[in-house]
This record gives sequence, C-alpha cells and structure tokens, in this order.
Amino acid sequence: MTTPAIDVKGLVKRYGTRTVVDHVDLRIMPGRVCGFLGPNGSGKTTTLRMICGLLTPDGGDGTCLGHDIISERDKVKAQAGYMTQRFGLYEDLTIRQNLEFVGRIYRLKNLREVVDRSLERLGLASRQNQLTGALSGGWKQRLALAACVLHEPKLLLLDEPTAGVDPKARRAFWDEIHALASQGITVLVSTHYMDEAERCHEIAYIAYGKLMARGTAQEIIQASGLSALVATGPGADRLAPDLRDAPGVTAAAAFGTKLHVCGPDREALWRAVAPFRDRGIQWEEAQPTLEDVFIHLMGQATDNMLEAA
Amino acid sequence: MIDFFARLWAMIIKEALQLRRDRLTFAMMFIVPIVQLVLFGFAINADPKGLPTAVLVSEHSELSRSLVSAIGNTGYFTVTKEAATEAEADALLQRGDVQFVITIPADLTKKLIRGEAPQIAVEADATDPATTGPAMNAVTQAVNQTLARELKGPLASQRPKDAPVEIVLHKRYNPEGITRYNIVPGLLGVILTMTMVMMTALAVTRERERGTMENLLAMPVKPIEVMAGKIAPYVLIGAVQVTVIITAARILFGVPFVGSVGLFAVATLLFITINLAIGFAFSTLAQNQLQAMQMSIFFLLPSILLSGFAFPFRGMPGWAQAIGEAIPATHFLRIVRGLMLKGATAAQMSEELAVLALMLVIVVAVAISRYRVTLD
Repeated sequence: MTTPAIDVKGLVKRYGTRTVVDHVDLRIMPGRVCGFLGPNGSGKTTTLRMICGLLTPDGGDGTCLGHDIISERDKVKAQAGYMTQRFGLYEDLTIRQNLEFVGRIYRLKNLREVVDRSLERLGLASRQNQLTGALSGGWKQRLALAACVLHEPKLLLLDEPTAGVDPKARRAFWDEIHALASQGITVLVSTHYMDEAERCHEIAYIAYGKLMARGTAQEIIQASGLSALVATGPGADRLAPDLRDAPGVTAAAAFGTKLHVCGPDREALWRAVAPFRDRGIQWEEAQPTLEDVFIHLMGQATDNMLEAA
Repeated sequence: MIDFFARLWAMIIKEALQLRRDRLTFAMMFIVPIVQLVLFGFAINADPKGLPTAVLVSEHSELSRSLVSAIGNTGYFTVTKEAATEAEADALLQRGDVQFVITIPADLTKKLIRGEAPQIAVEADATDPATTGPAMNAVTQAVNQTLARELKGPLASQRPKDAPVEIVLHKRYNPEGITRYNIVPGLLGVILTMTMVMMTALAVTRERERGTMENLLAMPVKPIEVMAGKIAPYVLIGAVQVTVIITAARILFGVPFVGSVGLFAVATLLFITINLAIGFAFSTLAQNQLQAMQMSIFFLLPSILLSGFAFPFRGMPGWAQAIGEAIPATHFLRIVRGLMLKGATAAQMSEELAVLALMLVIVVAVAISRYRVTLD
C-alpha cells in the first residue's frame, strides 16, 4: 500500500478564542493535484502552513511524506516545497542569485547546472541578471514556483499561486503544475478560481475552518444534492435580483443573457420560478456548477456558525 | 556540520549581495563614523579656554593691573568688557555677554597694607558647571602667584605663605588633558553600538516586513544559521569602521595608541558581535522596521549617557553605575581607553573582556531562544 503524501487528522488552530482551523482531516495520495478552495479567511493558508511545518497545530496530528508534521518538521521541509501567497523571494537580488540562494540552502549538487536548467525551463535565461523586483506579477509567480521545485520536492504546497495573474500566465502556470504532477509530484494548491478547481484531480472545500466537501468536482456536485435551472429568453438575466431571495433558491446569477438558478430541492426550485415562467422565458433543468455548490456550502457553513454562536 | 557551514555560507552570500545593493546604508556606515569623529573631535572640549570675562576695576594701581593680566594669562579668561559700575557688570552676566565678572575693590592696596585681607570677587555664570569649573580653579593659583611676586618691601609680610605640604600633581596618560584623547575611544563604542545594533535589527525585521521570512522559514535552514549568516557580513563592516575611525583619529587628532593592537582587535570583534547579537534579539521582538529602529535608539541612549562616554562614570550615583555596568559599551570603553592611552596588558583587561564574553553568551542565548522556526 502506498503512503499518502499528506495524511492529517483533526487539525486545529486557534488564535485567541477564534478557531481558524477546526478539525480538518485531509489525505492526498501521491501524484494527485488537489485543489484547496474556500472563501477568504476560511483557514486555507493556516492549514497549508501546518502541513509544511510553519505552524504548530493546537490539536490533531498527521504525516507529510511519511514524516510527522510536528516532530519531523525538518524532514518535511527538506522534501516539500511551499510557495507563499506573498512573493517570498528577494526583490533586491537578481533572478539567478535568488535561485542560487535557494539551491545553496538545500545543499544542491552541481548548483550551476541546476540553476541553468531551471532558468532555461522558465525562459528567463536571458534575464537572469535582472533584479527580481523588476519582474511582472506573472513572472514572479513562475519564478517562485521554479524556486520551490529546484530541490525536486515530492510535494508542492501552493498558496493562491495565481492570484492577480493574467489568464495566459495562469494557463502556463497550470501546465507547469500538471507537468510536475505527471512526474509523480503531489500538489496541494489553494485557489479562488473555478476553472482552476476544475483542472484539479480532486478538490477539498473548506469554509470557516471546517472541511465541507471532498472528492472530484463531479463527486462534489453530485453529493451536494443541488438542482439547477437555466432560463433563456428576453430579460431572463434581469430576474436574478427577484429570484435571489425566493424560498428554495440558494443562488441566482446571470451568465450573459442566461440566468442560472439553483437550490437544494428540485420541486421547490420549480415553484420559485413559477411566477416567471411565462413572458417568453424558457426554463430548463441543468447541472449545478461547482460555483453553485460552493456558494451553497458557504451558506451552510454560515448557518452552522450562527447555530453554534 | 558540513550542512551547517554550507547553509551558513548561503546566508552570508545572500546578505552580502543585498548589502552591496543597498548603497545608501552602505554609504551611511562609513560616512556616519567619519562625520561623528570630526564633529566630536573638533567640537567637543571639556576644558574650555578663553571665556569672555568682564572686569570691574575700581582701583587703578600696578597691583590691580598685574592681577588682571595674571588671570588673563591662565588662558581661561579673555577680558572682553570693562564695566564701570556693579550694575553694568551684573547686566553683562545676566545677558550672557560674559561668563565671568572679576571685581577688584577700590581699597585693595589700602587694605593689604593694613593687613585686612581684601576681597577679589570672581562671579561666574555657573549655569553649566562644566564650563566654569576648570577656570575657577585656575583663578586662585594665578592670584596667589601674582601676589607672591608683586608684594615687595613692607608688603612682603602679606605674601601668601608656603603650604606646609607641597602637592605634586601629575596628570598621567593624557598630561595635557586633551578631551579628544578621551572622546575618540569612546566614540568608537558609540558608533559601533549605533550602527551594528540597528543594522541587524533592521536586516531581520525587513525579511518579516517584505514577506520573505515565511519563505525562509519554509526552507530547511536553522535559527543559528540565519543568525550567524546575518551577523557575519556586518562583523566585517564593523571592523572596517573601526579601522577608519582609528586611522582618522591618528591622522586628524594625533590620538596615541600605545597598547597591543592584537588585544584591541579581539576586544573590538567581541564588542561588534555582541551588538550584532543584540540587534538580532531586538528583531525577534520587533514587528516591523520602525519598532526595530525605536528599540535600537532606546538601547543607544544609555550606551551614550551611562557608559562613561558623555559623562564621567564615577560621577554617577550607584544605581546609574549599576545600569552602566550592564551596558556592553561601558566595558568596551574601559578596554579601549586602557589600550589606546594607558597601554594596558591582557591580564589587566581580562576582567572587562570576561564581562563582554559573558554578555555575548547571554545575548546569543536569548536571541536564539526567541527566534521562531515557525510562524506561531
């Protein structure tokens, strides 16, 4: 049996009285790309930091690459790569100097060739002597990723690596992630983008410190039990404000000229849209999207919080 | 062990590269010592001479003229005003036009003849005691010498008598009492305290502020490696600063250096390292660069005021001396003054060196225990 790359149970982190991560279990098998999703402040970064040994959990335990995340921190750090949300390389060093520094810290052999190869792969060989601070956001992210994988880690933890990066650079970044995964590297990547979530092998959704859903995109959609309707026709997209607060509707949003409505109960959903069925608008059943599910889950999490309070 | 040195080397290279790129800081570290040396060296004088003085001479005799010129010859007084009345003299002193008023009474000679011990008044604006102190001491001597010379014939009996004991004053190590000789070694301690503490305190908090600390912590580098790597380049800079100051002090002010250079190097390296470690310890407490800066200044003040640099150490009350003893600069000052001016030996300085070594151990222990491998 293969050891999971990440296997943590009951992770808890508190800041004062606030529980930021509340009993999170997470198990990821080697070579998988797992998307880590959730609203802002839901505990994604804190969870990633606990997994890579940057934070000590207040509860729970687990292993990362077979090493205990609390007592064998140094071993985890040596074999995992963590890319911080904020650019963590030195802007006052050149691109090459940054990579060399990282390489030296990891005690890499043939540092020169390793850095050369990395620069080549990045396409930054010609700019290697420029200051890192002069790079654009997209390039910085790619450089940070290159620095993370310089020591050939078995696990990558990426904290919102593509935030604020243009679509082309994002695409390039994800191609790189998949290339790495095909070499057997496990990737846990937090993101807010749905298209990125769909590019992951599996997804973990966390809200307000609690893990709410786990599985492939398809599994999560099915497990949610949501139904969705799509309206087409003149003025369909303008119905969103009327339907958003209707009973049985969790979300109503316009997509171009179409309206997408969803709710937990199919019958209730049809009843809710009944007043808007004439006027030449066609309603059709559709598959709920990941976004529908996440908004629904977020609502549930808020309800749980209110009940607990 | 090899891992340790490899990662330490990685840190040192990185710090050195960053330092080299930070031109302003780099320049500051060499300009500040020179500017301070020149300012302190040329501007500060604890034994001021030629102070403006008004005389109120009511008896115009040969004796009074001799007395006034004798007082002038001490070098401490320059007669700038001659007051006609007591009120005028008072106003001069009040306004601060003069530092001293010397009054010679109208009946000086008459009283001398009668053996009535006339009074010569020296009034000083003593708002700053340091200014007037040495001058006041010089007056008595000048007057006595003049009287001994001038009182002849029938007045000879009024001459000041020889003291029963002759006191031989011998100012050693700095016979001319040149303030610079004392200031320059002290300045060494102050400049090193200022730049070294601040540099490391900023170097570490900068990592935190720019978000590079999280990245550094995520890599397998140990606290001692980070600390030693941050400190090492600055040790070199500190050493260069010291060389610059000592060389400039010799060329500009002719400050002597009579002791062992090797011993001086040991003491200086020890002191530099302590200050760097203190800076590192501050950086583990400070949240940002501003706080690190404030802490450095908070530490710098007692290092200037209580170390014996600004004021005589022995003149401070017991509690202040106790605080002073806990400041590295105090001990460094004693060593440097001992070495440069007095030619002290290693054995004589061993106690001060031991105190510095102990301080280093304590500060490093605190800094290391405060440094977090995690972000908790």
